[in-house]
Amino acid sequence: MSFVKMRDLRVAFDGTQVLHGIDLDVAKGEAVGLVGESGCGKSVTWLAALGLLPGKARVTGSVTLEGQELCGASRAALERVRGGRIAMIFQDPSSSLNPVVRVGRQITEALRIHRALEGDTARNEAIRLMDMVGIPDARGRFNTYPHEFSGGQCQRLMIAMALAGEPDLLIADEPTTALDATIQAQILDLLGTVRDETGMAMVFISHDLGAVSHICERICVMYAGRIVEEGPVQLLFDDPHHPYTRGLFDAIPRLDGGRGRLVPIHGTVPDPKNLPQGCTFSPRCPRATGFCRDNLPLLNPQPDGRQLSCIHPVPVYGQRPQVLDCRGSAAA
Amino acid sequence: MLSFVLSRLLRAFITVLLVMTFAFCVLRLSGDPAQILLGPDAPQEAIDAFRERWGLNDPILVQYWAYLRSLLSLDFGMSMRDKSPALQLVLERIPTTLQLTVPALILKIGIGIPAGVYAALHRESVADRGVIMLAVLGFTMPSFVIGLLLVLIFSVTLGWLPSGGQDGWIHGILPTLTMSIGGVGILARFSRSAMIEVLGQPYIRAASAKGVSWRDVVWKHALPNASVPIVTIVGFMIGSLIAGAVVVETIFAWPGIGRLLVVSVANRDLAVVQCLLLVIAGTMVLANLAVDILYGWLDPRLSRKSGVH
Amino acid sequence: MTALLEAADLVRVYEVQRGLLAKPAFVRAVDGVSLAVSAGETLGIVGESGSGKSTLGRVLLGIDPAAGGQVLFSGKPMPARGTPEWRKLRAQMQLVFQDPLAALDRRLPIAEQIGEPLIIHGLVAKADVKDRVSELMAAVGLRRDQAERYPHELSGGQRQRVVIARALATEPKLLVCDEPVSALDVSIQAQVVNLLRDLQDRHGLAMVFISHDLKVVRNIADRVAVMYLGRIVEEASSEDIFVKPLHPYTQALVSSVPVPGRRLKSRIILQGEPPNPAKRPSGCAFHPRCPMAQPPCRTSIPALRTLESKRAAACLLLDRSEVPLVT
Repeated sequence: MSFVKMRDLRVAFDGTQVLHGIDLDVAKGEAVGLVGESGCGKSVTWLAALGLLPGKARVTGSVTLEGQELCGASRAALERVRGGRIAMIFQDPSSSLNPVVRVGRQITEALRIHRALEGDTARNEAIRLMDMVGIPDARGRFNTYPHEFSGGQCQRLMIAMALAGEPDLLIADEPTTALDATIQAQILDLLGTVRDETGMAMVFISHDLGAVSHICERICVMYAGRIVEEGPVQLLFDDPHHPYTRGLFDAIPRLDGGRGRLVPIHGTVPDPKNLPQGCTFSPRCPRATGFCRDNLPLLNPQPDGRQLSCIHPVPVYGQRPQVLDCRGSAAA
Repeated sequence: MLSFVLSRLLRAFITVLLVMTFAFCVLRLSGDPAQILLGPDAPQEAIDAFRERWGLNDPILVQYWAYLRSLLSLDFGMSMRDKSPALQLVLERIPTTLQLTVPALILKIGIGIPAGVYAALHRESVADRGVIMLAVLGFTMPSFVIGLLLVLIFSVTLGWLPSGGQDGWIHGILPTLTMSIGGVGILARFSRSAMIEVLGQPYIRAASAKGVSWRDVVWKHALPNASVPIVTIVGFMIGSLIAGAVVVETIFAWPGIGRLLVVSVANRDLAVVQCLLLVIAGTMVLANLAVDILYGWLDPRLSRKSGVH
Repeated sequence: MTALLEAADLVRVYEVQRGLLAKPAFVRAVDGVSLAVSAGETLGIVGESGSGKSTLGRVLLGIDPAAGGQVLFSGKPMPARGTPEWRKLRAQMQLVFQDPLAALDRRLPIAEQIGEPLIIHGLVAKADVKDRVSELMAAVGLRRDQAERYPHELSGGQRQRVVIARALATEPKLLVCDEPVSALDVSIQAQVVNLLRDLQDRHGLAMVFISHDLKVVRNIADRVAVMYLGRIVEEASSEDIFVKPLHPYTQALVSSVPVPGRRLKSRIILQGEPPNPAKRPSGCAFHPRCPMAQPPCRTSIPALRTLESKRAAACLLLDRSEVPLVT
């Protein structure tokens, strides 16, 4: 049975629909990636599920956590879920920590709420968590403030805080986007380790397809508030069927490829206030026909195990260029 | 931290000195105390004697120097009018003023901040709009208008409260109310916008995502951050506790610092005015200093920054 | 071959005030950088925050004063900042940076902003400004009907096109791009990268392309210099440096880039963070994080030396008997 089950989740801000019916399941222990460009609704989906959107947002549909309905649940019920069952970390770690509260206290706060730990027990557990996420001299830095930590360390602290409630699911919303390359690698590595050690499920929200595939087994590609393709990582990467998924891969330059011309997706992401008729990707799609411009495709299961919402999918994806292992020959 | 406090103290001292110098010059350039105190019909000899006695015939630099020297020995001069020490006159009036300004400050903080925070938490509700409207009304209306309105309503029409004088606490109600209304409005507006800004910060959402109850998010996460700009305003209000309210004391015939200032300026009672300004400037500057130190305590980022620069 | 832009031993020092009474600290943001860019060539500069790559871009253009070293443009020394000669030269070398909204005036329609440098530098007759602006807009893929739009009415990608059009107005020979596509979505990023490549082909522009995104640099740059804490630690052709990085830092950087569709097992995960430029480690600045550091790395600063043909690295472990790199 799915741990989290979303059915027809819709979100509107001031009458503008930004999420158009998301169906998504997350099983216990699995890692799902949500990819797409800014404004596609990948973060909004999970903020809505946890009731973290501002009051003016209208959320409809259903999100259940092991059968418990979260959509429209009471504030108290949601507060028990947040951090305890489902934790979340964010893109900008430095501003996600309260600047005027000592970091140790921010972690013990979660320990008190979810595990009823107080005093020295809480303190020691917080220090253990800080150690675990790789904060050097955790004991000595327990009483320091967030501004005394670098961005990468702040993200480690956020992860420690998320782990404090021993959640079953961690939502990581662009956790590495704001970080330097070598620090990104550290945080990705840490998230992988944490998952191996705790066995918790993870939803990794990112525009970085590389980072997503490093962590996740399954990927949902979102466009303009809808999931357009969903399936196992390898299947989607080797053989994307939706022209948008294919377009995203082609648009990203590759380190292991040549210097060939990039293949951009033409045009821009549509304005949610003014979505195109039919398939919302059709104005940018090289394969779109008149039919696409009039009819909205549904997300349908495919024989190979993926789900796809496209009337004219990409037929066969050419063989990818052989990947060179650039580390094998590195000077040592 | 020590060098930070020391540099602030030095700056405070310079500020006070500048205020004193400015007051000294303006007072001496704006009219002859002898003429005013002794009246237009005073004989020339009396005027000359008065001038000689108070050293008003000396060149202004000599007078200034003498003034500074006496300040150093904590001598604030004598009142020209009733010949008692200026400092004593001023100190006598301070409690009277505080009887109005302290309750007024408590009202400003006690009503203004909660109203502003409430409005921020219920943004765009009827209550929020009401708070904004009343706040704007409160701080745009001059205090003499408020005072006169209150007198009109509570003294003249309803006859519930006395319109002036100082015989017991019941006389203090109207002046206190008058004095607090503007401040309540200012604090409500400031608290509201500070709170709205803080509530939009990523760490508020992160705290909610951690499972912190909404009440704790507001009290433990949002308010401490919003307090920095609010403290600035409250600090300013504390600084003006003694400066009191010239206008309000005049309207309600309340014999406090404000009245003393008005009377002393009108009489060109140099030493008293100077002493008043020194005390007022001193409290302002001290309150500012306290706010600066408090900043560092409220926001650790600031204490580090101010330590660096 | 004479280079269009040549920099030798550039140094940029910031003064950091540490307290009322404390002596100011000096931070060497750029610490002895030499490089050369030929016409029609793109030099990529990669590095993490604090590596000094953006500062280097500004020093190259003379916007930030250099504390040491010199910049030659077309073989002639760069005139002092603020002089009329410098301003004239600046028309030939333009800067494009990350945030197009900050670079544009939100109260002016974009056509006016694109035409501004034409008027300032008196490049075309008043009557011809409009035609030239239309030409520039077409060159960067903006539609004619967008001329009267304001920056906030355009998308991020379109704004960056406006900035590029404005930079091209003076027909520069050199474009210094500081993270020009970092704020853009991937699909739009590819559009702008292609645009820059096309413009380069068409006009023979030289480009210095500063970015933290190795994938983009791989695609656009002919040669790449990797910076760490104010110094170039490795420089090679785009092919060589990404396929066979020599410096341990470059190796870690290259291996830190996740490849789509692959779970990487053998990634090099560096310990620690890029150091604070104000607290530069002794010897090789990278040694505290270097998985291969040896005792000598702690004490001696490695020089940038040529190792094979046309590539150079600054690492004691790679130092053999090669001749020092001549710039």
